[in-house]
Amino acid sequence: MTHASARETTEGTVYTVSGGDWDEVVQTAAKADDERIVVNMGPQHPSTHGVLRLILEIDGETVTEARCGIGYLHTGIEKNLEYRTWTQGTTFVTRMDYLTSFFNEAAYCLAVEKLLGIEDQIPDRATIIRVLLMELNRLSSHLVCIATGGMELGATTIMIYGFRDRELILDIYELITGLRMNHAFIRPGGLAQDLPPGAVDHIREFVKKMRKNLPEYDKLATGNPIFKARMQGVGHLDLAGSMALGATGPILRSAGLPHDLRKAQPYCGYETYDFDVPTTDTADAYGRFLIRLEEMRQSLAIVEQCLDRLQPGPVMVTDKKIAWPAQLALGPDGLGNSLDHIKKIMGTSMEALIHHFKLVTEGFRVPPGQAYAAVESPKGELGVHVVSDGGTRPYRVHYRDPSFTNLQAMAAMCEGGQVADVIVAVASIDPVMGGVDR
Amino acid sequence: MGLEEKLPSGFLLTTVEQAAGWVRKSSVFPATFGLACCAIEMMTTGAGRYDLARFGMEVFRGSPRQADLMIVAGRVSQKMAPVLRQVYDQMPNPKWVISMGVCASSGGMFNNYAIVQGVDHIVPVDIYLPGCPPRPEMLIDAILKLHQKIQSSKLGVNAEEAAREAEEAALKALPTIEMKGLLR
Amino acid sequence: MSDANGTNGNGTNGTNPEKDLGASNLPGRRGDGGEEIRVQRGMFGANNGGDTSGYGGLVRSIRLPGPAARPYGGWFDEVADELEGALEEQGLVPENAIEKTIVDRDEITFHIDREHLLRVARTLRDDPALRFELCTGVSGVHYPQDKGRELHAVYHLRSITHNRLIRLEVSAPDSDPRVPSLVSVYPTNDWHERETYDFFGIVFEGHPALTRIMMPDDWQGFPQRKDYPLGGIAVEYKGAQIPAPDQRRSYS
Repeated sequence: MTHASARETTEGTVYTVSGGDWDEVVQTAAKADDERIVVNMGPQHPSTHGVLRLILEIDGETVTEARCGIGYLHTGIEKNLEYRTWTQGTTFVTRMDYLTSFFNEAAYCLAVEKLLGIEDQIPDRATIIRVLLMELNRLSSHLVCIATGGMELGATTIMIYGFRDRELILDIYELITGLRMNHAFIRPGGLAQDLPPGAVDHIREFVKKMRKNLPEYDKLATGNPIFKARMQGVGHLDLAGSMALGATGPILRSAGLPHDLRKAQPYCGYETYDFDVPTTDTADAYGRFLIRLEEMRQSLAIVEQCLDRLQPGPVMVTDKKIAWPAQLALGPDGLGNSLDHIKKIMGTSMEALIHHFKLVTEGFRVPPGQAYAAVESPKGELGVHVVSDGGTRPYRVHYRDPSFTNLQAMAAMCEGGQVADVIVAVASIDPVMGGVDR
Repeated sequence: MGLEEKLPSGFLLTTVEQAAGWVRKSSVFPATFGLACCAIEMMTTGAGRYDLARFGMEVFRGSPRQADLMIVAGRVSQKMAPVLRQVYDQMPNPKWVISMGVCASSGGMFNNYAIVQGVDHIVPVDIYLPGCPPRPEMLIDAILKLHQKIQSSKLGVNAEEAAREAEEAALKALPTIEMKGLLR
Repeated sequence: MSDANGTNGNGTNGTNPEKDLGASNLPGRRGDGGEEIRVQRGMFGANNGGDTSGYGGLVRSIRLPGPAARPYGGWFDEVADELEGALEEQGLVPENAIEKTIVDRDEITFHIDREHLLRVARTLRDDPALRFELCTGVSGVHYPQDKGRELHAVYHLRSITHNRLIRLEVSAPDSDPRVPSLVSVYPTNDWHERETYDFFGIVFEGHPALTRIMMPDDWQGFPQRKDYPLGGIAVEYKGAQIPAPDQRRSYS
């Protein structure tokens, strides 16, 4: 490894970077008397799922070596969390993997609740709505995966279809949380707010519509000979490889292992829902596509079960020392504390006012210790390691993002294959760079 | 650039300016510069429901050399900054930049070591679009405002004059901290 | 508020008293004497002179949960027995490899001596009774107060076969931040270890290519350590300025 030459100036150290050891790589490649070339794809490339950089060594049309360059979207969210209260943390984590916002929030909140020791105090209604939102989120995430994956194959129609159906789900999010993306709706202790009137009917309507739309993907893609030819046998990663590389989610399940945290280590009461974990034994991109399609059907079934179970009740723990926001209402200037609540704390109770002020500005304290909570996100095991030092802010939050771990499998999937198949393999991993880089 | 830049100031130039502006605004080619959450909303804008094709710009160019609009959609990290500048430099003139979302405009909520606090540190920005992420309607609004700006852009000697005036105005402008009144 | 959810130094930190009363005869109780990670002064933990409560002289040391005594409860004992037995079979003294065992919040944590980490991880993966096949990566934590053990690397291992999850914790002093790499046992740790090196400066010995992964290659410092500033800038408004998030008045 060569280092960049450095010299000291009054402004600090100045590095002279001249391609690093890539000069050597290219020179060696040039000397070799064959068609070996090094291709740099990205970090800004239309087919790399965001700011991913792929470095491919190609011999003719065959990829002999594939490497990833990541970090182009590193946002420092984990560090930022250490300067915000526990409740404010949800606002940050929702922006990590921006396609699976609710999973990030839920995993974070489950970890914080474990630290607080209030897992059994979360109201049923809050838990059911969490499951409902997560399953809708699984649908929208898979839809984007299939849509962009199709676009990268050159199948623009499937992209339009995917985004059409995703819009229907985004309408539901907007109705419930007020936002299309980045919701910060699931909070430690419960939810920010209850479902608005009409939401249940709206979702039932959506389920009906979606059941009609889902078979269109089958008609469009599943049996399509071109689609199959591009996907089958591409991005192969067998069970041993998946386990060694820590790949979870559809990649692991496409290799035939029905490992799903919703079944293995149920959280949020998943053990009481009736659903199947689809698997295939093809271990390729096509198998992952089929799994995603089937998981969407299963998610719809779970959404319906959630709707049937919803009973009126609170959506936040009763412990007033944690429950914030307590009384939210939608005003003309957006979401805020309800006027009734403000009237009460301002007019009748000095103590309530002080308590509210402290809870909002300072936040609640979390006993020292560490906890790990994991949920099955659409991409695999999403784990959160949270450390508290007994203060009002997280001491350390670490996300084990499935995209990050799964993307490591890219080299194993691509090496020895064709250049064109690299795109298919990467698309079948479904990495979201916001989650990879955080 | 072409002959139009060499025209003398006067009636002919303003006529050509209007024609050139109309032509340019009617076929803007955005480069795909999706970074984070905003990129998903940018893709949504191009998809069925919001249908950017209505404004003649549904084709996002993969290569910066064929694009004249860069929509910086998302947070720009310190590692991405040189790449972004290189892509911008590769785009042919005339070119425009929309800074989509608060992260690109000012760093937004990510006020930390990793994120460039506003993409205007790296490239000149024409339109700042707030929101986290902005709705597709907001992006379309920003694009339409940019179209107006392109329509009224100057050429040749007039462009030099406009640039000089803009620079003088910027030098005379009050810093934010010295301003009074409400935020608007 | 700090009384109800707050902390004290004697180890029963923040647990619900009523819960504790009933739980006193149950195994798996949280032990005393964990690492001191912070000293809190004053009532509300105001960090830069904002304490007007009159309790400024109050000093409390905040400790992590301490080691637990046997029995740990549930399947924790089984795993601990199997691990100790397997290490003994290999001619190791389990007490040397496992510094302490902590049971807290239904999770078991083995603090492993860094010299023995590779052997312990291999045993955990290969022993049929343990079979922790899936490593969910490494998370670094920086405890500047924990002298001589400032940098911790935390691994979560999942057993799909037995449906279990355990945590391994390894520590290294700031002056000698070396921890053996687990890439040979769990290839998935390749990027995870690079990330932890990038953010905390923990050198994973034996890693095939330990380079920065998130930050640019010429970055100086390890940004997620506690002594590295957040690096934000002050935000300007009309006629006002608020400092960067890490410079603001805060309570912890």
